[in-house]
Amino acid sequence: MGIISKAEAQAILKKALSFSKADECEVSLNGTEGGNIRYARNAVSTAGDISTMGLAISSTFGKKTGSATINEFDDASLEKVVRRSEELAQLAPPNPEYVSLEGPKTFAESITYNAATAAINPDIRAEAVRKSLEVAKAANLEAAGFLENSTSFRAIMNSKGLFAYNTDTDVSFSVTTRNQAGTGSGYVSESFNDISKLDTLALTKVASAKANGSAGARAIEPGKYTVILEPLAASDMLSNMVRGFDARSAEEGRSFMSKKGGGTRLGEQLFNEQVNIYSDPFNADLPSGTWNGDGLPQEKVTWVEKGVVKNLSYSRYWAQQKNVKPIAGANRIIMEGGTASLEDLIKSTEKGILVTRFWYIRSVDPQTLLLTGLTRDGTFYIENGKIMFPVKNFRFNESPIIMLNNVEALGKPQRSGNMIVPPMKIRDFTFSSLSDAV
Amino acid sequence: MRRRDFLYVSGIGVGASMLQSIPVIGRDIAIEDALIPVDASLKKKLADIALNAARSKGATYADVRIGRYLNQFLTTRETRVESISNTESYGMGIRVIANGSWGFAAIDNLTEDTIAKAAASAVQIAKVNSKLLTEPVRLAPQKGYGEVSWTTPFEKNSFEIPIKEKTELLLAVNDAALKGGANFVNSSLFLVNEQKYFASTEGSYIDQDIHRLWPTFTVTKIDSKSGKFETRNSLSSPMGMGYEYLNPKKEEEIDGLFTIYKKRYNMLEDAVTATRHVDEKLRSKPVEPGKYDLIIDPTNLFLTIHESVGHPSELDRVLGYEANYAGTSFLTLDKWESKKFNFGSKIVNFEADKTEKGSLAAVGYDDEGVKCKNWDIIKDGILVNYQTIRDQAHILGLPESQGCCYADSWDKVQFQRMPNVSLKAGKTPLSANEMVKNVEKGIYIFGRNSYSIDQQRYNFQFSGQLCFEVNDGKIGGLLKDVAYQSNTQEFWNSCSAICDEKDYRLGGSFFDGKGQPSQVSAVSHGCATTLFKGVNVINTGRKI
Repeated sequence: MGIISKAEAQAILKKALSFSKADECEVSLNGTEGGNIRYARNAVSTAGDISTMGLAISSTFGKKTGSATINEFDDASLEKVVRRSEELAQLAPPNPEYVSLEGPKTFAESITYNAATAAINPDIRAEAVRKSLEVAKAANLEAAGFLENSTSFRAIMNSKGLFAYNTDTDVSFSVTTRNQAGTGSGYVSESFNDISKLDTLALTKVASAKANGSAGARAIEPGKYTVILEPLAASDMLSNMVRGFDARSAEEGRSFMSKKGGGTRLGEQLFNEQVNIYSDPFNADLPSGTWNGDGLPQEKVTWVEKGVVKNLSYSRYWAQQKNVKPIAGANRIIMEGGTASLEDLIKSTEKGILVTRFWYIRSVDPQTLLLTGLTRDGTFYIENGKIMFPVKNFRFNESPIIMLNNVEALGKPQRSGNMIVPPMKIRDFTFSSLSDAV
Repeated sequence: MRRRDFLYVSGIGVGASMLQSIPVIGRDIAIEDALIPVDASLKKKLADIALNAARSKGATYADVRIGRYLNQFLTTRETRVESISNTESYGMGIRVIANGSWGFAAIDNLTEDTIAKAAASAVQIAKVNSKLLTEPVRLAPQKGYGEVSWTTPFEKNSFEIPIKEKTELLLAVNDAALKGGANFVNSSLFLVNEQKYFASTEGSYIDQDIHRLWPTFTVTKIDSKSGKFETRNSLSSPMGMGYEYLNPKKEEEIDGLFTIYKKRYNMLEDAVTATRHVDEKLRSKPVEPGKYDLIIDPTNLFLTIHESVGHPSELDRVLGYEANYAGTSFLTLDKWESKKFNFGSKIVNFEADKTEKGSLAAVGYDDEGVKCKNWDIIKDGILVNYQTIRDQAHILGLPESQGCCYADSWDKVQFQRMPNVSLKAGKTPLSANEMVKNVEKGIYIFGRNSYSIDQQRYNFQFSGQLCFEVNDGKIGGLLKDVAYQSNTQEFWNSCSAICDEKDYRLGGSFFDGKGQPSQVSAVSHGCATTLFKGVNVINTGRKI
């Protein structure tokens, strides 16, 4: 099994709930159908099709909750899994942070499903890879890549009458191209809801140009440089930051959002005034579901406006404690930018480094959000508005908070993974050592 | 369906058409039921349906993995249990070679009909992709073992310990930290049981029952005046053991600056020590950047071994199969062929191993039916071998696979994963205390913290949970904002002393990521306390 209709999901969930004897009960169904193809050394290595569906149930007596899952959907199995969760709930210690379930709500219809993406089959995947291999071979490069598509649905229902159903589609593609000598490497990675936007031939050409252009990199001294971060590199830095937009950890004093002496930095000018960040489930390039697993709506939320922190997420429990409206966590963020192209940003740079992407980013200090990691797959030296030569990869030690204070210019935003970000020109970015890796 | 009923239905023969409408095995959460493994003869019948279907569609090779993966995760914070989660995942993955190419399909609804369809789909995928082949898959020879089984050696099955006993331990740990003045404490227990069955067209039917666990905690204190906070994580190690790991034993402890643990762990005692350490960390002085001699405890060094020795010696990375994700490797084939690539100093010996008792990677057979063993990777400082699997062994001229194939679930394709890679202990008697006495200007590092390494495994940066200053052979106070940055080959060549066998301990990674779609694996790295001369240390303090 994999994908079932809204009516079929509703019927299974209703049936499961009908067996409940708990004070409160919540049931969810998830299913996925999809496939992938992986290639390396200019040939396909592995490929497969996967189909799964499962049901999860939580039963609560007072503040004691138990959960169970199953992947059989006949009446007897549904009753059994309900009983199982009830038995576990009776065994569980009371959770003082339990919050009564959300009541019925109407959620907006999402725009996350695309029929063409749902129709991807092994032949379509193989053809997309064939085009990518053709480009790599013509450029005398060795390609390794991955293409994966999925169609998923999720549905929830609870004993207070809440019901929601959503389907979505996704296709992602990435490819690394390397020269035979191992001295040059290029990369691209793109994700879409709509397969028609995916052009593996054009993307592999971009990766190939990077691979050939990055061969023969020169070593330059590590230190503080003006950098131009391509959207991929920028999103690598930002994804570590948005998880910290959480009220509870900030108020508990253990986050970069904590204020000295107590409280949070909500309302503070934490970033350069060019920085605007929000989430919007109806963005055509980056659509997302309109509800989360807690039954909270996912709506448009402004996180940062002109550099000022405008919102932090509040779990249902923390919102109740603080007497505010719960806000679901930052999901699929969009950072605004300008109209300049990447080339425009390069042209305006007297001396700097162009970064294609980062790699192996890890948090070094959660208080300052200092991150370390390395550049990869195309790092170039810029002088007087021109790319002069490829440079060896650097290790950086930098905080995205400091980085977003040092914004010189922002280009035209584009989707990169699960966010939309502009290419960024940042001054005083800290590279701390050189790496021999290509 | 109750288990008894299931046995009855299955017992009448898998060829029966009624199986098409009755799910063979569910995904019930009942741990007590799931503890009774599915009968091997039933799994054999299911596997044979897949193998026969694959062959009949034109597969020249097929293997089937029927996996039942049980996880129990318990998490607590301060005085309350946050979650108790039991999950079970059950299904079948079928891998085939047809027209010289790999194909794979996975299903979780196992009936005769769905199994046959999945096998056909795997063959179909292989045939479609064979058009994009450069050379056909070459498998190293592997004999069939017939019907065999293997179980992790354990004394107490973690899943049989009542949940109450486990949550009481975690809450006692939290209580100890709170009594010591901690503002926050999170503790958790991860338990894994893989019941997996492997069958191939070469005549192996292998039934395995694998157990792992990882107890851990984080103690946090906040200095409200400065707005600073510090944490100290547990110094436990994830292990391939039963619940006995959590029953302390004096002979498995090493007394030093504070107690450290070998194959038994005193979680309560470590929480008390950790809480004291957090106070000291809040008062610690920033490190002066520069070159230091590093005395690295196994609780920190295991991860450096994992990243700088384990990953670069994976043959699939060396060849480029991971180029698009985890990366490639600086340990290229020419370095191995030269037989004189100086990976480390003469005292550096790394062994790959899939058999060490208590280790995370120990199994009887890997996920393509190869019996496990051990071999040298670095010998007297020289690169002598890699880690590989059946379809790449021929590249090294090996007559057989080294047994490094693993998939984290029935619905993922098995591929090369790291065996335990361990640094052999020093041959001359040496304790950590004696090692410290010979260090003039150094830092003594315990516990895993931030870690990062480049995609070919040259440049790395690691930090620790506890970094003690060492001056003129004496251990001083804790330092803050310490990270060591080095190049793999330089670092292992700066290795100047290794403590003896008595100090040897296992550390491990419970969730090591690799592959697309991404998979995790668990792997141990053993070592004794080790001294490195003149390593670059940076200060990571910043202001925002």
